[in-house]
Amino acid sequence: MTDLLYSEEEEALRAAVRDLLTDHCDAAGVIARSESDAPHDMELWKLLADGMGLAGLLVPEDRGGQGASHREAAVVLEELGRAVAPVPYLTSAVVATEALLACDDSAELLARLASGRTIGALAVALHLAPGAAFPAVRLEDGVLHGELTGIADASAADVLLVPADDGGLYAVERDAVTVVPQVSLDLTRPVARVRFEGAAGRRLGDAEPAARRALLSAAGLLASEQLGLADWSLTETVRYLKERKQFNRPVGGFQALKHRLAQLWLEVAGLRAAARGAADALATGEDVDVAVAVAQAYAAPVAVRAAEEALQLHGGIGMTWEHPVHLCLKRAKADSLAYGTAGAHRGALAELVDLQAP
Amino acid sequence: MIDAMELRSRTQELLATHPPATTDRLDFLGARFDAGLAWVHYPEGLGGLGAPRSLQAVVDAELEAVGAPDNDPRRIGIGLGMAAPTILGFGTEEQKRRYLRPLWTGEEVWCQLFSEPGAGSDLAALGTRAVRDGEEWVVNGQKVWTSSAHLARWAILIARTDPDVPKHRGITYFICDMTDPGVEVRPLRQITGEAEFNEVFLTDVRIPDSRRLGGIGDGWRVAQTTLMNERVSIGGMRLPREGGMIGPVAKTWRERPELRTHDLHQRLLKLWVEAEVARLTGERLRQQLVAGQPGYEGSGMKLSFARLNQEISGLEVELLGEEGLLYDDWTMRRPELVDFTGRDAGYRYLRSKGNSIEGGTSEVLLNIVAERVLGLPAEPRTDKDVAWKDLAR
Repeated sequence: MTDLLYSEEEEALRAAVRDLLTDHCDAAGVIARSESDAPHDMELWKLLADGMGLAGLLVPEDRGGQGASHREAAVVLEELGRAVAPVPYLTSAVVATEALLACDDSAELLARLASGRTIGALAVALHLAPGAAFPAVRLEDGVLHGELTGIADASAADVLLVPADDGGLYAVERDAVTVVPQVSLDLTRPVARVRFEGAAGRRLGDAEPAARRALLSAAGLLASEQLGLADWSLTETVRYLKERKQFNRPVGGFQALKHRLAQLWLEVAGLRAAARGAADALATGEDVDVAVAVAQAYAAPVAVRAAEEALQLHGGIGMTWEHPVHLCLKRAKADSLAYGTAGAHRGALAELVDLQAP
Repeated sequence: MIDAMELRSRTQELLATHPPATTDRLDFLGARFDAGLAWVHYPEGLGGLGAPRSLQAVVDAELEAVGAPDNDPRRIGIGLGMAAPTILGFGTEEQKRRYLRPLWTGEEVWCQLFSEPGAGSDLAALGTRAVRDGEEWVVNGQKVWTSSAHLARWAILIARTDPDVPKHRGITYFICDMTDPGVEVRPLRQITGEAEFNEVFLTDVRIPDSRRLGGIGDGWRVAQTTLMNERVSIGGMRLPREGGMIGPVAKTWRERPELRTHDLHQRLLKLWVEAEVARLTGERLRQQLVAGQPGYEGSGMKLSFARLNQEISGLEVELLGEEGLLYDDWTMRRPELVDFTGRDAGYRYLRSKGNSIEGGTSEVLLNIVAERVLGLPAEPRTDKDVAWKDLAR
């Protein structure tokens, strides 16, 4: 039976991550950093990865990791989502790590990623769903040629995991390629173009199964990040509307707004159940495809609406660069494309649960 | 403390002394009650053993395995779900002993006399009057939306005993004898054609003071127990995947490919996902309750299911095309059991309209979520300090 709750250990992990983020990841800092040359917060990454050992949650202990599961990684992502933390956790500790776990010849690199001292990125565009076709670069005379776009957190990566046209997945060191940051909707998880001009790579295994596993896990755990975003949006809006007074009363006392917030709460409660369902399915390996597709078909609209409601209900202040609600909105909207849209996942469900198209 | 093993052995003892195959159904149920195996979390002597509620499943499984008769809980839902916890919580020892046993065995059916034509969402404004006459109360008024009234032996009733104080303070809770000559039950026909509910007219109904539950003027507080249990029972059904309203429409979709369109496909998938998420939310709530963690999701479950039932059944009528123009039967009937997913799509569509009204309207429930869960300011009250007799009506 699917366990949809949080264990005591998971709650303790949440508390520890939240404490750390409260001290080291305030909204003003995230906003200031987002326009700088270094959009990723590498000091925060060190605290999370080195200090707390969170980069290796999905890696077994005998391969250099913590031997935890997707349930714990999901809790970390909830908290990172709440803070819109600019760290490559999802892309390196989940996506690249899962890709390596699917490859035979990856032990050394996997251990480096698990330690957090090396950051990896799978060179598959962020918007692609599990199972979707993805572009590959040319393998010629043993080196890689071509260009890939929409690669999330590539600018933070030390090593890229690159699909080539021979069907292989290659590890390519960052200094062998040119990474050109793209101006991104979500500045806290920026995408980049990666150019390969005769880049040397080491074959790790087959690209297709590695990408499928990585993107399935990413899609399932992204729901927890989206839960964090939605939960922050709701909590912060409720807090603000209790304080904000217009017409000589708290704005949160107007029934039209109370009903909107209650409705949003219902949806966030649903998202929590769906996200826990997906994380538990990934951890146990049972009913994974359906649980992930359900979570992703539900999560994006809720997270986006939560951020949009937060902006509207904050009024003018919500429209300013200074207020953090736009961080949440941009991340939620970018997340709605990441690892497949809700529509793509509904399409997957049509096959999975036999509700075929006309 | 009684554990699962002890319960199993007591259940086996019951089966040995009262073999279901050769024992009269009511005798068996009575013996089960007397053995404390009816509702194990109730006190000893009242059908229980003071055991944890979660252990009821142990007894039920043992009895189900040998095909022992049950008390047909769907027929006596109001008694089990609402009257019993209220009697247990507020009844005198004598009342508990008199009413709980036949309530549980189903010998005596219960109904609920709460809502009135002029008191729906604002239930506390109710106007049915109970006036003291020696050791009796004389009750006059009209109640509505009473299921099982035509089958019921007893009713839980709230009535106004003091019109001169604010509305919440002047209510008293009674047990009403439905065979009293002053009780008149009339079927209330609904938009589905059938009469699942009744109107109940009370004319000089005499209730002995010994059938009062709780103190005079304390009826509103007593009624909260009843109403809390109602919302739990409405929203708390355990479902397998596709177990609710989505089941029939998914089945039709699979079996009749000629009905499929692209527009319906998109809407069906969206509702399928929402139904599955609602199911998971309910499952999460149950897991929280089992783990002893207070969960607020319960307040939301009824809201979600009401909306989903309505949207899904509406889609189903559309999916059926020409058949969607038909309806199985408009004949006026008085069903004993209500099955929301029973009958055809048209019935489901019409019946589910009531889901956002019965047991608390969705609008009131949204207020409850906003105020009790999110802590937003309460609605401004103009009725709190006004005597009931001076309220606008």
